[in-house]
Amino acid sequence: MPLDNVRNIVLVLSGKGGVGKSSITTQLALTLSLQGHTVGVLDIDLTGPSIPRFFGIESSKVRQAPGGWIPVDVHAKQTLPPRNSEEQAIGALSCMSLGFILPNRSDAVIWRGPKKTAMVRQFLTDVLWPEIDYLLIDTPPGTSDEHISLLETLLKNTNPTPSANLPYLAGAVVVTTPQAISISDVKKELNFCRKTAIRVLGVVENMAGFVCPNCSECTNVFSKGGGEIMARDFAVPFLGSVPIDPAFVQLVEEGTRPVYPEGTKVDGIEVAGALDASPEGLFVDKYRDCSLYPLFDGFVKRLVQDIKTIS
Amino acid sequence: MAPSLEEPIQVDFDAPLKVAPKLVAPEPEHCPGPESEKAGLADNCAGCPNQAICASAPKGPDPDIPLITARLSSVKHKILVLSGKGGVGKSTFSTMLSHGFSANPDSTVGLMDTDICGPSIPKMMGVEEETIHVTAEGWEPVWVSENLGVMSVQFMLPNRDDAVIWRGPKKNGLIKKFLMDVTWGELDFLIVDTPPGTSDEHLSVNSFLKASGVDGAVLVTTPQEVSLLDVRKEIDFCRKASIPILGIVENMSGFVCPGCKHESQIFRASTGGARKLAKDENIAFLGAVPLDPRIGMACDYGESFLTAYPDSPACSAIKQVVRRVGEQMGLRAEDVLPEEDQ
Repeated sequence: MPLDNVRNIVLVLSGKGGVGKSSITTQLALTLSLQGHTVGVLDIDLTGPSIPRFFGIESSKVRQAPGGWIPVDVHAKQTLPPRNSEEQAIGALSCMSLGFILPNRSDAVIWRGPKKTAMVRQFLTDVLWPEIDYLLIDTPPGTSDEHISLLETLLKNTNPTPSANLPYLAGAVVVTTPQAISISDVKKELNFCRKTAIRVLGVVENMAGFVCPNCSECTNVFSKGGGEIMARDFAVPFLGSVPIDPAFVQLVEEGTRPVYPEGTKVDGIEVAGALDASPEGLFVDKYRDCSLYPLFDGFVKRLVQDIKTIS
Repeated sequence: MAPSLEEPIQVDFDAPLKVAPKLVAPEPEHCPGPESEKAGLADNCAGCPNQAICASAPKGPDPDIPLITARLSSVKHKILVLSGKGGVGKSTFSTMLSHGFSANPDSTVGLMDTDICGPSIPKMMGVEEETIHVTAEGWEPVWVSENLGVMSVQFMLPNRDDAVIWRGPKKNGLIKKFLMDVTWGELDFLIVDTPPGTSDEHLSVNSFLKASGVDGAVLVTTPQEVSLLDVRKEIDFCRKASIPILGIVENMSGFVCPGCKHESQIFRASTGGARKLAKDENIAFLGAVPLDPRIGMACDYGESFLTAYPDSPACSAIKQVVRRVGEQMGLRAEDVLPEEDQ
């Protein structure tokens, strides 16, 4: 059976492109792993897969085994060295994306709908996931072929309620940015969730404010608060706002540990950051120094709790 | 059976389109496409319930293409706005480009939104509440000003928050209608805004417009590698589909803190940004537009940023880009967007 080893499935959706679906997926995956869960990430954005770039595993390739594809490991289950006081046991993290299959990273994948539909189905049925607690599915923008195919296959192969032998389709995290343009597209996505009876686990407002690294003043580059109002209108939980953190972008792009000027505050909490921007260490280890980690730690605790209480 | 890692079949760009027949079952996964020459005859068609229908459908090019060409013969320049990545500012840039072109009272500009699942143009243009008028001649675009018309799927939705959950073929049908039935009239520029990616909408726009001739595509990107990665794919797409590339615009490059005037690179160009990509790929670099929170606000309220904040650095950068786009099409920059009298 496909998805046999998967316990819970969480979708990351957004009607709008470039709001940070992949960035949020990455951080949710890292945080789940830091909390000791075993995590898988499936990237079904076929024409613009970004997950390999986010995890810094662009040169990895998928291996083939009898019966399916073996996902690419980001890190194995292990214990990280102490950061503040105690050691941290983390769960294994693995990824699957079309980016691992393409021979050349700048090749365009020019596919019409039926081919995309087939590929999404294959990703859901032919990947040999190890035993994982959470499978995060990163989606392309919109409500079209990939989404229809994803839900058709998932609704067939999962359970709407948790059970012993089938993976549980827990619901979706919907990502938006604060401006009205983005909100109006994301409302369409919420309506899509309603029509397909996917539970919305929460709305995340990304790119809400930018903390100037020079004077540590927060500017609302794309305004603020739109996500929360939308969540209220649709009566779905609002997880929180995530500011733009150039140090996180740098961590992804250059792999250096996040460093912050003294006095940088996110959500009113002083950010410690690392002492120097060294590129040493695992991606997940370096992420612990990111100012966004405490935020995501909160989101993930809430999500895990929510998923448990329903079951 | 283990899945294969074979390279997927790419779409054949040179094959002429024919009319897609009415199918009795969904297209199977290795379908050559019901509008392709091989429809019903390819190896993959064996056993498909549609095979007989596809095979017996009339051959030869789609009879609608000459209609599209005739309809668009009164349009002088057609520009596509593309990007592999979402949210980099394609629609924002398309609105800027059309406001820029229409700032010259002698030019008439049309803006067509082919993003079916996430149309943003009507909101950015401040015409969200409008609906389409159907006349005997076809669909009348929504006019934002004297010389600027807009067409989008948003105008046809009964409820503006409705999700449009359509598969590829249905989206292609609508795009065809937009090109065939919209009474654009005499236009100097038609700007076509696209959704992110390289899929149905892009293929359709390309194949429908091929006969009437496209001036080229403007690619939009943000400075960071995650975005450039997808834009490289789009360049590959343009090359494969032989769409000329007018140039590349870097959006959201640099942000000036309103508090301390310190410029920070929110989306760091760790790999050299669009400038280097343009050089590597040998295409024109049209300019860099800084991130200005007021651009987003102007879009939210459906105002023209160019007229609302004419003195901002972002505004002069955009005007520069508009002129460069004109130059790339072989027009005189002065004719496209006259310099303002100081």
